[in-house]
Amino acid sequence: MIEKMSAKQVAQKVIAKENLFILDVRNEDAYEDWKIEGPSIESMNKPYFEMLDGVEEVVGDIPAEQDVLVACAKEGSSMFVAEQLAEALDRTVYYLEGGMKTWSEHLEPVHVGDLEGGGSVYQFVRLGKGCLTYMIKSGNEAAIIDPLRMVNHYEDFAEELNVEVLHLIDTHLHADHISGGRRLAEKHGGTYHLPPKDAGEVQFHYEPLEDGKVITFGADQVKIRAFYSPGHTIGSTSLIVNETYLFTGDILFIDSIGRPDLAGLAEDWVGDLRETLYDRYKQLDQNLMVLPAHFAKMKELDEKGRVFATLGELYQENHGLQIEDEGEFRRVVTENLPPQPNSYQEIRETNMGKREPNEEEETEMEIGPNRCAVS
Amino acid sequence: MTIQADHTIDAKNLSCPMPIVKTKKAMDEAEPGEVLQVEATDPGSLADMQGWAQSTGHNYLGSTENEGVLIHYVRKSNPEEVKDVSAFEAETTNDELKQKLEDDNVTVLDVREPAEYAFGHVPGAVSIPLGELSDRINELEKNQEIHVICRTGNRSNFAAHQLTDQGFQNVYNVVPGMSEWDGPTEKNQ
Repeated sequence: MIEKMSAKQVAQKVIAKENLFILDVRNEDAYEDWKIEGPSIESMNKPYFEMLDGVEEVVGDIPAEQDVLVACAKEGSSMFVAEQLAEALDRTVYYLEGGMKTWSEHLEPVHVGDLEGGGSVYQFVRLGKGCLTYMIKSGNEAAIIDPLRMVNHYEDFAEELNVEVLHLIDTHLHADHISGGRRLAEKHGGTYHLPPKDAGEVQFHYEPLEDGKVITFGADQVKIRAFYSPGHTIGSTSLIVNETYLFTGDILFIDSIGRPDLAGLAEDWVGDLRETLYDRYKQLDQNLMVLPAHFAKMKELDEKGRVFATLGELYQENHGLQIEDEGEFRRVVTENLPPQPNSYQEIRETNMGKREPNEEEETEMEIGPNRCAVS
Repeated sequence: MTIQADHTIDAKNLSCPMPIVKTKKAMDEAEPGEVLQVEATDPGSLADMQGWAQSTGHNYLGSTENEGVLIHYVRKSNPEEVKDVSAFEAETTNDELKQKLEDDNVTVLDVREPAEYAFGHVPGAVSIPLGELSDRINELEKNQEIHVICRTGNRSNFAAHQLTDQGFQNVYNVVPGMSEWDGPTEKNQ
């Protein structure tokens, strides 16, 4: 028989490092571009259209002792293959509910830690794409940092915590995913904050997130301080919460650094990136806990699924922070860049309010791997 | 552009895997060389149709879109085309043919199916599918230098033999043919 497995169940297996064997039945290009990964995940690709006459060819490759999950783009083909496989193996075979589309959109909330003086920080891990976004709770109020377009995940979690979301903050104008900031603000009456230097072409009202600005909210009087840190974009602004956590956006990651080229101005912005990483951040408290907007490798997740490190640790270990020579740095971040994210121009225009794609188009625009870092 | 197909499969409003399942069923019943027209609304059907055709050996010809409906054309492979027939002696390579395109005395005869021709052919090529050649042979002029082309050189090989049997003197088989053609092409409007 076949049973469905939800994206949440898969996410929890990935984080808990439980073994899972995945038969991905999408076409080869789709699999090569992007798939479900994790230290305990083993996967193989065989397009469903090569198994219309039966699954004999793959039966021998399926391990006997592991749960088997069949995944496809949406769901239909995985059920089709899972049924044949369950019959051939005479055991339960799982299919991915909602397919890779749902996996791509799943956010798993994890508790990062509590703030001294009250308040908590939660990290939403988008395993399918490597995005990290955050909710900060203070009494029965909350702020969200770099919210994604899948607003229902935040709404559900806010309800679970019994908080009202007052502030939606984007650290920069995103090029790799569609922001949920404006739509959450409009839907629930919150305030949408965006760095003004990234907002030159923005078509709607926003609250300028200027250097030094402090947003205070909730019963615990949590303080979010804006710290201008350009380089990924000209407006990129980090957030320092209660002088404990440093939200770096797409400037600094755990194992890599931001790329300066997604608005077509790599040569102009590489100097800003250098200054932020090698000067401005160096002057901050090195015990600040860095919480970035992306992770690149599954090994960055700790046993609870959290991604973080202190600023001091990153200055020791992140190879992007070890390039003493400025010319060499300039070369590394402007040459040999990975391909740009799919549809990044359209995504930027959507985040400026110049485009209003429907949900299917939004999904299509965001499909594919995270490509925001220089690694 | 108008493209002739032998069978039309309606897979509109069906999601994966049904467009390919229906295509496969129709393909099993079709005759070798026949062209299937598959109408689908699932955007994923495009990559899957190409992948399926490649894995099964059928010829994916191309796709068009009309008001949100994707129309895919696939030709059933013909085992006869891979059967050994004595190779026609006079051959032209793709590169040699490219050099001759400007020559007024040269006729390029494309013997693939109309749907294959529609998605891209050598500019000015005359389209007569192999199956119609014996009936339409009078459309060709015997004093022309005729270069017969198909996808891989097999159908054109048959056609070249037919032409010489009918008294054509100056006939060449183009090898390998359109599958590796990198010269200019045009499409049906």
